[in-house]
This record gives sequence, C-alpha cells and structure tokens, in this order.
Amino acid sequence: MSTTTPDPGRARAATAVVSGEEIGAIETIRRGVRHSPELAHGIRVTLLLAALSTAGQVVVPVAVQQTLDRGINAPGGTDVRFTVVMALLATLAVLVTGLASYLMTYRLFRAAETGLSSLRVKAFRHVHDLPLGTQDTERRGSLVSRVTSDIDQVSQFIVFGGVLLVVSVGQVLVATVVMAIYSWELTLVVWVCFAPLFLSLRYFQRRLSEAYGVVRRQVGLMLSAIAEPVVGAAVVRSYAVEGRTQARIDTAIDTYRGAAVRAQGFTAVSFSLGGISAGLANAGVIVIGVLLGIAGRMTAGEILAFAFLVTLFVGPVQMGTQILTDAQNAIAGWRRVIGLLDTPAELVDPGPSGSDLPDRAVDVELDGVWFAYPGGDAVLRDVSLRIAAGRRVAVVGETGSGKSTIAKLLTRLVDPTSGAVRLDGVDLREVRGASLRRRVVLVPQEGFLFDDTVLANARYGDLGADESRVLAAAAEIGLDDWIAGLPDGVHTQVGQRGESLSAGERQLVALLRAHLADPDLLVLDEATSAVDPALEMRINRALERLMAGRTAITIAHRLSTAEKADEVVVVDAGRIVQHGPHAELVAAEGSAYARLHASWVAQRAVAS
Amino acid sequence: MGPGGTARPSATRAGLRVLGVAIRREPWVFTLATLGSVLFGALTVADAWVLGWATDHVVLPAFRDGEIGAGVLVAVVALFVGVAILRAVGIVARRLGAGIMQYRMEAHDRRAVTRQYLALPMSWHHRHPTGVLLSNANADVQAAWGPVAPLPMAVGTVAMMVIAVVQMVVTDLVLALVGLLVFPAVIVVNLWFQRVTSPLMTRVQELRGVVSEIAHESFDGALVVKTLGRESEETERFRQRSEELRDVAIRAGRLRAAFDPILNALPNIGVLLVLVVGVARVLDGSSDPGAVVTVAYLLTVVAFPIRSIGWLLGDLPRSVVGYDRVRSVLHAEGGLEFGDDRLAGHGPGARLEVENVRFGYAAGAPVLRDVSFAVEPGRTVAVVGPTAAGKSTLTSLLTRLVDPEAGALRVDGTDLRDLAYGALADAVAVVPQTAFLFDDTVRGNVALGLDVDDAEVWAALETAQAADFVRRLPAGLDTELGERGTTLSGGQRQRLSLARALVRRPRLLVLDDATSAVDPEVEARILAALRRDEPGTEPGTTLVVVAYRKATIGLADEVVFLDEGRVVDQGPHDELLARNAAYAQIVTAYDHDPAEEALR
Repeated sequence: MSTTTPDPGRARAATAVVSGEEIGAIETIRRGVRHSPELAHGIRVTLLLAALSTAGQVVVPVAVQQTLDRGINAPGGTDVRFTVVMALLATLAVLVTGLASYLMTYRLFRAAETGLSSLRVKAFRHVHDLPLGTQDTERRGSLVSRVTSDIDQVSQFIVFGGVLLVVSVGQVLVATVVMAIYSWELTLVVWVCFAPLFLSLRYFQRRLSEAYGVVRRQVGLMLSAIAEPVVGAAVVRSYAVEGRTQARIDTAIDTYRGAAVRAQGFTAVSFSLGGISAGLANAGVIVIGVLLGIAGRMTAGEILAFAFLVTLFVGPVQMGTQILTDAQNAIAGWRRVIGLLDTPAELVDPGPSGSDLPDRAVDVELDGVWFAYPGGDAVLRDVSLRIAAGRRVAVVGETGSGKSTIAKLLTRLVDPTSGAVRLDGVDLREVRGASLRRRVVLVPQEGFLFDDTVLANARYGDLGADESRVLAAAAEIGLDDWIAGLPDGVHTQVGQRGESLSAGERQLVALLRAHLADPDLLVLDEATSAVDPALEMRINRALERLMAGRTAITIAHRLSTAEKADEVVVVDAGRIVQHGPHAELVAAEGSAYARLHASWVAQRAVAS
Repeated sequence: MGPGGTARPSATRAGLRVLGVAIRREPWVFTLATLGSVLFGALTVADAWVLGWATDHVVLPAFRDGEIGAGVLVAVVALFVGVAILRAVGIVARRLGAGIMQYRMEAHDRRAVTRQYLALPMSWHHRHPTGVLLSNANADVQAAWGPVAPLPMAVGTVAMMVIAVVQMVVTDLVLALVGLLVFPAVIVVNLWFQRVTSPLMTRVQELRGVVSEIAHESFDGALVVKTLGRESEETERFRQRSEELRDVAIRAGRLRAAFDPILNALPNIGVLLVLVVGVARVLDGSSDPGAVVTVAYLLTVVAFPIRSIGWLLGDLPRSVVGYDRVRSVLHAEGGLEFGDDRLAGHGPGARLEVENVRFGYAAGAPVLRDVSFAVEPGRTVAVVGPTAAGKSTLTSLLTRLVDPEAGALRVDGTDLRDLAYGALADAVAVVPQTAFLFDDTVRGNVALGLDVDDAEVWAALETAQAADFVRRLPAGLDTELGERGTTLSGGQRQRLSLARALVRRPRLLVLDDATSAVDPEVEARILAALRRDEPGTEPGTTLVVVAYRKATIGLADEVVFLDEGRVVDQGPHDELLARNAAYAQIVTAYDHDPAEEALR
C-alpha cells in the first residue's frame, strides 16, 4: 500500500553474468593484472633479466658473424688469437643468456601461476557471491569453464607466449638501434616496409579477438552439451535417445571446431603478412642501399652487413605478431573471467556496519513487498504480512502463485523490487550476511548433498560440530536409529549429489544439517516427491522437532502440513488472499482455501 | 616419481605413437600442412639465394659501374616479394592445415568419448564423477592433441635439416662430426626433460580434473552453499586444490624454464666448437677458412629445426598423459549387448514377466533376490515396500539400465536381452523419480526425437497437467528450458517428464513415484485414461507403479509387496491389507498423524 516506486511491478533488466566481450585488449590486461597483483611482483628484476637475455640473443649471432669475418676469414689470413678470444667471449655470452632466460622464465612462470591461481579462487568465490537469479542465467558448465579452462588459457599464454613476447619486443628494439648505427636511412626503409603490418595489426587483432571470443563461448556450450549425457545418463538410456543426444553433442563439438579453425585461419593469414613485409624490407634495403651507394653514402660491405641485421629484426617481429595473435585466445579467456568478476554481487552485505539478529526466535514482517524476476512481470504484488516469533506458518497456493518467492525473500536470496522484509523490525538489507546465514536457514525442496560422508554433509550446518555433537543432534530429531542402520553409520558415503541415498534420505540429511545450523527462523520449501510411508513419518517427526522453539515458515505443497500449522497464508496470483488458522479458513465458505481443502478431502476418500 | 614415471619405457616413444595415430587418421591434411612447411623451408633457403643473386647482379655491379638500370631493380623487388608471397602461402597452408588437423583430432576424440559416455553402463557412471568425465572430454583431449600443431613444422624442417647435414658432411667430415655433437646432446636433454616432467604433468592433469570437479559440485550445490553461508569454506576447499595445482605447475614450469634455454644454447655452443676446432684444422692445413664458415653457417641453419623438434618433443609428455586418460575412457568396457528381436510399438498393453531375478550393485550384497511376478496386459500393478526394498532397482531392470545377475525379465515373452537396440524404448516408457530435462525447448523435451505433431504434444501435456503452465511460458512449446530445466520448479519438471512418457503411448509404462507432483485425483484420471478398461475393448497400457500414496495403491489391480529384495506378498490391496500385518502397517502409516505420533 505504501510503495512510492512509479512502476513497482516491473523489474530492472535481467542481471546476467557479464560476458566481458566488450572489454578492450589493453584494458583486459590492465584489469587482469589489477585482479592478480602477483603478476607484477618482482617484475623489474624479471624485465632486467629479459633485457639481458634479449641482448644475448642479438649479441651471440653478431659475435659469431664477427668471428667468421674478422677471425677465421680475416683478409690477412686466419687470426687464431682473435677467433679463440671471441669464441670464449661468445661462450660466456651464451651461458649468461641461458641463465638469464632460465631465471626470467621461471620468475614469470611463478608469477603467472601464483597470480592466476588467486584469480581462479577469487572468481570461484564470486560465483558463490552472485545472486541466485544471476547464477541461473548461466549454464553450470559455462561457470565452471570460467574458473578452469578460461584461466588455463591465460596461464599457458603468459608462460609460453609472454616470455617470447617480452624477448621479441626487446629484440626488435635492440635490432633497430644496431641498424640505425649502420644507416638511419635504411632503418627507416625497414620500418616503412613493416608499417602496413603494424597498422593492420589492430584490424587483425579485432577480428581475431571476435573469432576467439566465439571460440571461448563455444567451449562453454560444448562442455554443457557434454555434461548432459553424463548427468542424464539414466533418462538417455531408458528412452533410447542416445542417437539424438549424440547428434546434439556432435553439433556442439563441430560448431566449436568450426569456430576454432576459423580463428586459426585468421591467425595464419595475419602471421603470413609478416613474411611479405620481410620480403619488401629486403628488397627495399637492396634498392635504396644501392641508390645510396651510387650517391657515395654507403659501401657494398655495409649494405650486406645491414641485410644481415634485417634478419635479426624480422625474426622477432614475426614471433611477436604470432604471439599477439595467440594472445587473443588468452585474452578472450581473461575477459570472461573479468566479466564474471564485473557481474555485481547484487545483494550487498552491509558488512561490519550492519546489524546482528538477536539470538532467539524472530518475528517476521513483509511490508508492501513487490517482486518481479529480471525482465518479467510481478510475481508478488504489494504483499504485507506479519508473523509473530515462534509461530509455525504454512504458505499455500497454486504453482506460480508466488509462494516460493516468499521463501527466497525471507532468506534474502532475492531482494524485493520495492517494499521491505524485516526480521525483528530490522530490514534484511541491513543485517550482516554472516548473521543472516546463521540465524535464518532455508531447507530447499531438493536437499543437495556433497560427495562425502553423512557426517561431513551434516557438519555443513555447523563446522564446529564434532562427531558426537552430530550424533547427539541426530538423536534430538529422531534420526539416530536411521543413521545406525546405514552401512557405515555416520561415515556412509552419500555419492555424487547424494545419489547413493534415496530422495527421502537426502531430505533427512538436509534436516539434520539445518538442525545443526540451529537457526531462529526456519524456512522450509516442502519437497514434492513422495517417499515411502515409514520414511515420511520419520521426516515428519524430524520436522516437528526441528521446528520446535523456532519461527518456522513452510512453503507447503500438502494440506496436511497446512492443517498442522498455527497459521495458514493463502497466496493467489501474487497476493495474499487469506491468512488465519486452518479451522477458520476452512470455515470461510467459497474461499480459495476452502476449495483447496475440499479437493484434498476428496482425494483422501479415493484411497480408503 | 608418479605412476607413469618409471613404468613407461619412454614418454618420447609413447608420444611419437600418439603422433602416428594423428598422421594415420588425417593423412591428407597432414600432407598439405607438411608440404606447406617444406615450401616454407625451401623458400627460406631461396631467400638466402636471392640475397646472393642481388649481391652478385645488383650491388656489386652498381658499385663497379656507378649506375644501375631500373629493370634490374624491379627484378630484385619482384624476386624478393615473389619469394615472400610463396612463403606466405606455405605458412598459411602449414598453419591452417595444422589447425584443421588438431581440431579434427580433438573433435574426433570428443565424439568418441561422448559415445562411450552414452554406451557405458550406469554402474560405470556411478563410479566416475561428472567433473572428471568433463575434464576427460575437454582438458585431456586438448592435451593429447596439442603437439599436432607444431608437428608439420617439425616434419617439414627435417627436410631442411637433412639437406644441411649432407652439405656439412660433404664440406668437412671432421667439422661436421664436431658440429653434429649437438644432436646427441639435444637427445640427452630431451630424455632428461621427459623423465622429470612426465610425473609432474600427470599430476597437473589429475589436479585439473579435481579442480574442475570441485567447481562443478560446488556450483551445483550453490543454493545450499548460499543459504548456509558456506561461501568461505567452499572457497577454502577450492583454494587448497587450486594451490596444489599451482605448486605442481610451478615445479613443472621450472624444468621447462631450464629446458628451453638449454635447447637454444646447444646449437650456439656447437657453432663455437666448430669455430675453435676449425681454427686448429686451418692451422695444420687440413681445412680451409671457407669450409669452416660453411659448416658454421649450416649449423645455424639446422638450429631452427632442432629447436622446433625440441619444442615438439617437449610437448609430448603432456600429450601422452592426456592421451592415456582419454584412452582409459575409450577402452572401458561393459556396454550392453543387444539381440535382434523387436516388439510391437503400438497396440494393446504388453505382458510383463519377472522370473527369479537376482541383482546387486556390489558382489555379495544382493538388492533383489529371486523376485518373480507377472503382469497381464492392461493390468496395473503397484510395487510397495519400505526404503531399500529394491523398488527403484526393479524399475532400472525393467528399462534395462542394468541386467539381472540371474533370472530374466520378459516383455510379451521376449527376454529383454534379446531385444534389438531401441526396441524396448519403443514399447516401454519409464518416468523416473527425479525428472531430468535436456537443455532444449519444451517440445524437444517432450517429443525427444519422436516424430509427433504439436497436437499430440499438447494432448500429452494436457494429460500430465502441464499444459497450463506451458501455455504461460514466454514462447510456449518453443520455450528454451536451460540446462537441466532449471527455470522450472521441481513439480513442473516432473510433469514434463511424465508428458514425455505419455506422448509415446507406451504399451508398458513404469512410474517410479513419478506422479507425486500431481494431486491424487488427477493421478487417478491419468491412470484411468491409460487403462481404457471398458469391457470388450483391447487391453490398455500395462502399468507398473512404484507407489507411496495410498490413493495410488488403491487404483492398482494388484500389489507386489517387496521387502529386503524379496517379494513378500502379492495380491489385491484389500486382501494384502487383511492378511499381511507388515503391509497393513506400511500402508496405513501414511494416514497416521505424525504430529500425534511424535507426542505420544
């Protein structure tokens, strides 16, 4: 009733995970380094070593050339002393160069792996910090690839390409300086011949960056397609749709292959341009050199020596351009990771300045709450509701009525589009995240378990609990004999996603986990899957004990749950239409709840 | 030393075998790429020749005569640029060829690996975590075929190397031998590198798998992580393995950091050796300066091929590890064998016989023992029993996800093992306890490749009580559901899964607690529609229902009561209720008020 937002029914645009594709290459590197400061640690020493090793790469061939020309092939006969001295000096240079490259490579390797490992961890954490809705906009396989293969691409590039890139750029500079000492005119000629290459580089980089962007995206889609027959193995088999599933996977694999080959084609063409520039440069040096020679400004020997220097220039330019193209793949991966980190963790934790919830059952208030999923219509419209501390409330309504959204709002998996959710009078947005998660616990419909023991999964609710505390907690909610009956008791492995246990047993572990978490507000999204009656009874008993002394709100799919609750809230089309004790609501003839109840009673009759 | 370090005779030999596989599988692309590489090598030599020609015909005459004709200058430019363009063609052919080859190899293995995922039995899947399987199909395949990229270059430069070596030997045998000492040195360095890095590379690939597995599991359970505020603990778990990966990668990187400079330095040292020995030979008159210069120059020519072969060999350990991990999937055995028999796809309900079936997931721990029962066409049987009685295992056997250890299951008298591939699915449909949806549209998920028109899809959705919510979806039948249908609620997923079975009009339908999302009234309507049991008509669909609800049990013609893997009793619900106390207790338990129970 009290909303001031002009159109509270509409949500902001969908908050998807940022693709990162629009971030420029230099920007990507700059921000990448800011995210992984380890990359820049000790960079000065590394660059010094790089300079040393670069100089060595140029000095050694020049020394060999000199030894040949002025030692062995000296005009006045072989000069033994000069040859041996030069050979020894060159050997020293080779050793120093080798040592410098080893140290530089190792340092780069260490910096890269350290920096990217922390980036990986940071990205992983960020995935968990994203709002639920955002997590669901991206395929799991794609999220996984952002913290695995995308980062691997960057690390492989820095380690193998990064070293060569640094050395190549250095060599180009050193070769330019040495060339300029011989003849600035010819140096200019060389640079002019390479100018088209350097200028077209930007164009090619852009095309390549697009092409590799597509490649990285296709990897994500391919992984997601490959995951399907693994996760859905049973359904694929029982419907004998292996052929169809394979066809879909094959399409994803081939689309990826096509994208990769296309990118490779661009790389090949852009790389080959360097060779054409080199041919032009050689021709230019000879032609201009000859013309300069005729003008009396160069000797034949100088022209030939210069031609040798050009090869020292061309090699690293080609190496450098190749690495720059390889870099696109890495940068595409890096972009996706940075894009992920750019995606806002929308639900801001107020941090230390936030309030803590009191350590007792809380009262709950929804005040004029509107909610819409990104880009969708309002699912809750101006909902106001008060629940006193310690009450047990069932929320009922048709599928799509908005009742599950209430559970998400109460546990702050989403924030209202407008209006407020308050616990003990404090707006949830002002409660510290740690306090909120400790005092408010959601038991989801499907109790996801980790591939570990029952004990480890239960301890997920309270990491401080030891085995005896877990067993005591199990006894408190009547699960001790069930645990005793498991093959390895509390140490029984539950399998991937807990699939070694039945759906009902998974729920028991989820309840034990919630009990150990010891919340003051318990929000239960009731499971729809039925379990066998004995287990059902056990679950109900555990639930009863779990809810005792806590404010408990159940999103109910069964009316038996509603019947037992202190209060029932009936949601229809995003609004609360009824609220009160079961008996009262049933008595209200023609009401939504009365209709629901009548059909339920009819069903019971079918059975007996 | 890791497992692969000592047991394998030589990572290089194994690596070359892997490359052999690639060449045999893609001979034409490989030939094209190698020709490109040879063209490139030949033209690199031609470049030196053009420079020589320009010196003799342009530079020297120009200085001698003090002038130069325009025609000669044009010829120089044309020669240099012509050679450069041809060389560019060589580069494109090599790189594109190598890329096509590498990605084809990858695609081939990915297809093969996923075919295995589809063919291998469920028991194999239960033993292999999703993350590892994804890693096998991605990172391992990539590692295996990584060296295919530099392969044509390495092979092409071998030609260059052979020519250079022959020339060296012809010029001066002794100097050639001195210079060629580089080769054994390179081989020794390589062997050392392979030996020390193999175990590290194995570990790196393993850890990549582990890291990917943790990320997968953790993101799968994101809701639980979030609601219990366990982000930090999950991050810590991920960090530990990620840092372990980092440390091993740094150790491997340190070796690589030493390997590359040594590989670069060896040819240089060879050249310097040739110079020193050459001086001595020139002094005692057994060689002349020209020969020393030639051998030294040729040695610098072979330096590049040596390095590119070195790089190739350097990539091999990682390749072998990836290849072996991929092979372990491809060589896994245990796919189901199929016969040739078929079943009628449509028509009256099928007859089902289960005879003396025994089955267990682990040896010595049978889940089902000596289970026998039969279901006549058109009849409905409810399978009832406490937890771990073997109910879900029975549905796995009925749809042949697993085969019995002893005994047989028959549909219309045919043993399931004698049926052709796909024959069982033509006549039998199952709706599992947990619905699985594909990353596809609603229509794609319901039809699942079956040739049905929209009317039939809508009819099935209608029956499964899914039509209403599907109509409300943004694009109706064409709405994309996303990975595993995460955009829908559990109940909605279950109804689509039900519609998927119904649209097939199966002759035997197995429902494994699959109707819990629909209310009992609707369930009764669905079952009745399938049964079509008006007198005088053909029998309708035969139904096997794993039931938890008394309402569902009430609809069955007969009940099979399972406990601890045995059929304890069998007969109409009322009779069982009257004569079997355990059964009565289980069935009536549902009607107890657990709250009262707890208070008592």
